[in-house]
Amino acid sequence: MLELFHSWGLPIDASEHGHAIDGLLVWIHWIMLVLFVGWGLVFTYILIRFRQKKNPTADYTGVKSHASSYLEVSVAVLEILLLVFISLPIWATRVQGFPEDDASALQIRVVAEQFAWNFHYSGSDGILGATRPGLIVAGENPVGLDIKGDPHAADDIVRSKLLLPVDRNVIVRLVSKDVIHCFSVPTLRVKQDVIPGSVIPQWFRAVKVHDGFVGCAQLCGLGHYKMKSDLSVVSPEEFDAWYETTSAQAAAVAASAEDEDEW
Amino acid sequence: MADDAHHGHDESFLRKYIFSTDHKVIGIQYALGALVFLLFGFTLVMLMRWSMANPNQAVPFIGGFLETLFGEDAQGGVITPQLYNSFGAMHGTIMVFLGIVPLAVGAFGNYVVPLQIGAVDMAFPKLNMASVWVYFVGGVVMFSSFFIPGGPAKSGWTSYAPLAVIDAASAGQTFWLVGMIFLITSSLLGAVNFLVTIIQLRAPGMTWMRLPFFVWAQFISSFLLLLAFPPLEAAGVMQLMDRVAGTSFFMPTGLVVSGEAYSAVGGGSPILWQHLFWFLAHPEVYVLILPALGIVAEIIANNSRKPLWGYRSMVYSVIFLGFMSFIVWAHHMFLTDMGVIISAFFQTTTMIISIPSVIIITALIISLWGGSIRFNTPMLFALAFLPMFGIGGLTGLPLGLSGSDIPLHDTYYVIGHFHYVVAPGTIFAMFAGIYFWFPKITGRKMNEFLGKLHFYPSFIFMNGIFFPMLIQGIAGVSRRLYDGGEYYEFSESILQLNTVMTHSAFGLLLAQIPFIINFVWTIFRKTREGEGTRNPWDATTIEWTDADSPPMGHGNFAVVPQVYRAAYEYSVPGSDKDFTPQSEPDSK
Repeated sequence: MLELFHSWGLPIDASEHGHAIDGLLVWIHWIMLVLFVGWGLVFTYILIRFRQKKNPTADYTGVKSHASSYLEVSVAVLEILLLVFISLPIWATRVQGFPEDDASALQIRVVAEQFAWNFHYSGSDGILGATRPGLIVAGENPVGLDIKGDPHAADDIVRSKLLLPVDRNVIVRLVSKDVIHCFSVPTLRVKQDVIPGSVIPQWFRAVKVHDGFVGCAQLCGLGHYKMKSDLSVVSPEEFDAWYETTSAQAAAVAASAEDEDEW
Repeated sequence: MADDAHHGHDESFLRKYIFSTDHKVIGIQYALGALVFLLFGFTLVMLMRWSMANPNQAVPFIGGFLETLFGEDAQGGVITPQLYNSFGAMHGTIMVFLGIVPLAVGAFGNYVVPLQIGAVDMAFPKLNMASVWVYFVGGVVMFSSFFIPGGPAKSGWTSYAPLAVIDAASAGQTFWLVGMIFLITSSLLGAVNFLVTIIQLRAPGMTWMRLPFFVWAQFISSFLLLLAFPPLEAAGVMQLMDRVAGTSFFMPTGLVVSGEAYSAVGGGSPILWQHLFWFLAHPEVYVLILPALGIVAEIIANNSRKPLWGYRSMVYSVIFLGFMSFIVWAHHMFLTDMGVIISAFFQTTTMIISIPSVIIITALIISLWGGSIRFNTPMLFALAFLPMFGIGGLTGLPLGLSGSDIPLHDTYYVIGHFHYVVAPGTIFAMFAGIYFWFPKITGRKMNEFLGKLHFYPSFIFMNGIFFPMLIQGIAGVSRRLYDGGEYYEFSESILQLNTVMTHSAFGLLLAQIPFIINFVWTIFRKTREGEGTRNPWDATTIEWTDADSPPMGHGNFAVVPQVYRAAYEYSVPGSDKDFTPQSEPDSK
């Protein structure tokens, strides 16, 4: 079944938790297929066997056995099993299994807007700089980073592509500037609405180096269809090198801007 | 007209056909309105489908016409994202609120329920007339929004805030909300009327367990409409206030829209709208399904010439379905940051609600066992409903479990799922009902050859449209993408499916031509020799056995029938014919 889904275009699973989701998908579709084919065979047989020409007189009573009750009970039992043993545990790890005591987890603030994603990394100091809606300038300061007011902001990285290290826990905090968006990363089996007025955390761990995308799955306006950013999952060495360099550059730019101001 | 014979005084055309209080005329008014809107909603989606397969290209043949109608939004005859989003929002709204519900409840319910229970009319005929006229006004408001500057609503049929509120450039969303308030009011008036009619106006002997299953289905649907719509009506007024009066029920603080701080007061909750919307919209799904199940049950019993198997368990299931449908709504919202307990609750209720649906579908299939099945056009549509609704129901399972909902949420899998329920599901049942009750309304059966020419291609093309959606959904193609996923660079084979669906949609349109010809021709042709019997299907229920075809004007029955038995006494052992009418006294 999974091979079939991949041949239909199901993206690769590059996340640690994704196999449980794929497993559930496969299990349910097997059950669906068996039920549909079973029902379909009985249905077809009945239509042929009891057509008027073959069976001119109907039987008032029809089926006397209660075999169908067993079918109904077994459908219910299967659903309960899937719910209790697969779906509920998946959800529990998704919303309660945050790697909170993992100090090395990478924390990223994701700011959605019509029609772009902004990824805000904390930089070398590991602390996200403060942001204020009033400081937002389209193109220059898309997240409203308060570089002057908060010393932690200077080395922050803000960019429109998502770069992630492989084999490291990532916690993203999703916020929106305007309307509801939906943070969708198919290769990492992550999808979460981004709701203005709320900060919604998500976590995941990429286990494969790959390129993918961050899409928006919720209708957000005229440009909804092209609200997509590139995603690259790279080796930890490559990520760290990029992270330090970019953070240092950002700090340097901030410092020179401050110098200019003092002039 | 036949009813003149029964009716002494002359009524003006206006009184009789326009401002009528007769449930049958009102049913026909609803039917014609709903069929026109269904065709209109289908046309919108045809244009969207074509554009998804050929983004940014001029629409062939009618591109110029579109440009004349919509100006900049269809510049050069191209469907722009603006027009695409408008059509998308209006397709959903029109199909659900102006097409299927008025057809399933307004038309079939109004025409058939009083006749099936032996009532002379609905309990409140003037309220009934008010309901159809409020529906008409709602339809006019929705339709006219196509021609205002900026065009109609563009925020989906779900109208999520803040998107629906911040779009101040056009009044389309305001029109949408006003139109919805009218349509909701219309449904509420209808629902009250159905409940009172079914409770109070049943003919002598028509006990609850002798009611045709169709009446049960309408009864529960009316409860759903009555109890679920008021929250959305209130929410609609609140969103309207957010748009026009500067309130912020659904608008949080600190929005920055296109680089500018948004000036609303703030403090509102976008999620509150979703809860209020889905608190209606999930029961609404059952309002779309239950009347369809009712129609299918009538037709299957009649054309298998035997009683429904498990009538009682079907009735209990439909009551249970109605109750459960009020506590599953948040399964549309698993991704709105839902905790473990709430998600467990809504997943559990969602799994539970699948069981009565399984019971009803199983009972309908088992009902066929031992039958003497006649494959006429209404029966073909009714039979096709079963596997199509089956696919619709089964594909709901992975969406109803939050774990598997993660990859599928907001993809074409969802679109495929609910269209299987509503399009080859409910709409097939509606067609079945039209073919089945047409001789009741006109005294003439529709043509069987044209009926089959309508059925078989429709069946193929419906699947040609909706099955590829399930595949695209697995591949992760999001819904509501103007270019059909081109920007996302989905693989060639995935994008190719857009063309398959477009061709199928065009095929489906062609397949409706025999239906339209059949429909119009049968209305206007002469009644043939031997036609015009009361009961051309040899049915047992009293709308066939005790009322003329077409029924007399106000009053329905020359003699109010007395009911002696259950609804589907077909092929009773020892009887000289294979149907025993509900109103036939016991011979002993």
